[in-house]
Amino acid sequence: MFSAADWDAITLTLKLASVVTVLLLLIGTPLAWWLSQTRSVWKGPVSALVAMPIVLPPTVIGFYLLIMLGPKGPLGQLTHALGLGYLPFTFSGLVVASLFYSLPFVVQPIQNAIESIGKRPLEMAAVLRASPLDTFFSVVLPMAWPGFITASVLGFAHTVGEFGVVLMIGGNIPGVTQVISVQIYDHVEALDYSSAHQLSLLMLGFSFVVLLLLYSLRSMNRTSH
Amino acid sequence: MGAFVSIDLKTRLQSFELAVNLQLPAKGVTVLFGPSGCGKTTLLRCVAGLHRAEGKLEINHTVWQQGEHFVPVHQRNLGYIFQESQLFPHLDVNGNLQYGQKRVPQKKNSIQPQQVLKLLDIENLLDRKPSQLSGGEKQRVAIAQALLLNPKILLMDEPLSALDDARKREIMPYLERLRDELEIPVLYVTHSVDEMMRLADYLVIMDKGKVVAKGNLGEVLSRSDSPVNLGEESGVVIDGEIIERDLEWHLARLSFRGISIWARDMGFDVGSKIRFRVLARDVSLSQYAPTHSSIMNMLPVVVDEISSTEHKGIRLARVMIKDTPILARITARSIHQLDLKKGMQAFAQVKSVAIIE
Repeated sequence: MFSAADWDAITLTLKLASVVTVLLLLIGTPLAWWLSQTRSVWKGPVSALVAMPIVLPPTVIGFYLLIMLGPKGPLGQLTHALGLGYLPFTFSGLVVASLFYSLPFVVQPIQNAIESIGKRPLEMAAVLRASPLDTFFSVVLPMAWPGFITASVLGFAHTVGEFGVVLMIGGNIPGVTQVISVQIYDHVEALDYSSAHQLSLLMLGFSFVVLLLLYSLRSMNRTSH
Repeated sequence: MGAFVSIDLKTRLQSFELAVNLQLPAKGVTVLFGPSGCGKTTLLRCVAGLHRAEGKLEINHTVWQQGEHFVPVHQRNLGYIFQESQLFPHLDVNGNLQYGQKRVPQKKNSIQPQQVLKLLDIENLLDRKPSQLSGGEKQRVAIAQALLLNPKILLMDEPLSALDDARKREIMPYLERLRDELEIPVLYVTHSVDEMMRLADYLVIMDKGKVVAKGNLGEVLSRSDSPVNLGEESGVVIDGEIIERDLEWHLARLSFRGISIWARDMGFDVGSKIRFRVLARDVSLSQYAPTHSSIMNMLPVVVDEISSTEHKGIRLARVMIKDTPILARITARSIHQLDLKKGMQAFAQVKSVAIIE
């Protein structure tokens, strides 16, 4: 059904989305925790920065990342100095770009879930001798886990669905940066509509199933409380 | 020798500054009493470290706060009971109880868990989920949770205020038992006169972030110029003992400091330690001992002080039965007609006393 190139694109997309989701949970959780707890003046600016990818055209993010990560950009010089080479048009480059692009979709559900627990359980844990880190694992995670599931699903799905950023920073290298969305674009360009249909249908089905899971999870969680 | 509980804290609240300097007794219940918004809950939160104030705080010879030194909440050896106790919803009762217990080092002299469960009567609730408990049961579990930490001080923030009257009556005996059996100081925040009178050994009255009166319960309540205006509920609280029961007439004789009075028999055995309340409006004064009166309790007193009340026609007289003060709410005209003055001898007729435990 799918061509070898299509399969490459599918596995690459899944690999990218998995790596990005795991990294985003690791980066996004402490960030969401900080945002939910802090009274710092930096809360506003940091929240705004995290949310930027929601409103910005992906090409803008891709464009700036391309410049920053390129040979003349500060991040590019850093990665070069570290012996990592330049990231644009590599898989690592895609990962870095996707981290920025999907960050709000992971941070915001986690932050909302933590905030909806309220301050009281955290205070209860503190007077019961739990340190803040202990509280996170013994109270926040068990009480806010649906938020973490939502965050993982959204982060994964959003990364699967990205196009503009990939095109800007990754280009279209088969097996390296050619993800499903770019492959579909290629098929359409080549007027190979039937291949485009197959991949598009796959994406359509995937998105529906993901969202269906998400909403049934939410209503399940609502009735259990 | 420093006080066991020494608080000297300051912090800004929305509309005023909380500034409190208190030395509190090492044992017994200190009630922080005052109207809503007077800062009593904030003070409790400051002691727990949930709210950061400036100043010094020392409990059981351990400095919890001084200058930059600030022991974080989870390292303070305290038990805290919140107003509407929620338990952790993802744990059953047993899990909730163990949450704190397994985070403190278990010492040999620690309170026995079995004893705590029994004291609060929650042994048969252990495998329930918090959502299956009534408000009163939740509150009892929360109290047990705090006690199992083997704390050096117990902080209770209006633990009954979220409960209806029936639940309050259900919890109160447990609180009274705690007060009698615990060897640690308890700080108890409330705005309920009833809870204050039942539970307090030591009373701190707060208003607008300041302490306006403090002292032993009986002493503070018997001040005729008391800063806390209880109006119709003005009165004193006296600790005594049942020394005799008259089963024919359903009466009990209470004794305190060599004085005895009759009250309705509430079923307490002879020898029971009880606390009773004498409302100022139930006490009248006369110059001579009336001979044919329906009032059984006629006590010789010496007038100590007379002060005004919220109503122009009513005065509050503080009279001494030997060295125990009680209050009498009487009209200004009676004071004038009897010519009551400080140092005068009179007779107090106590119409009724209420045993409150």
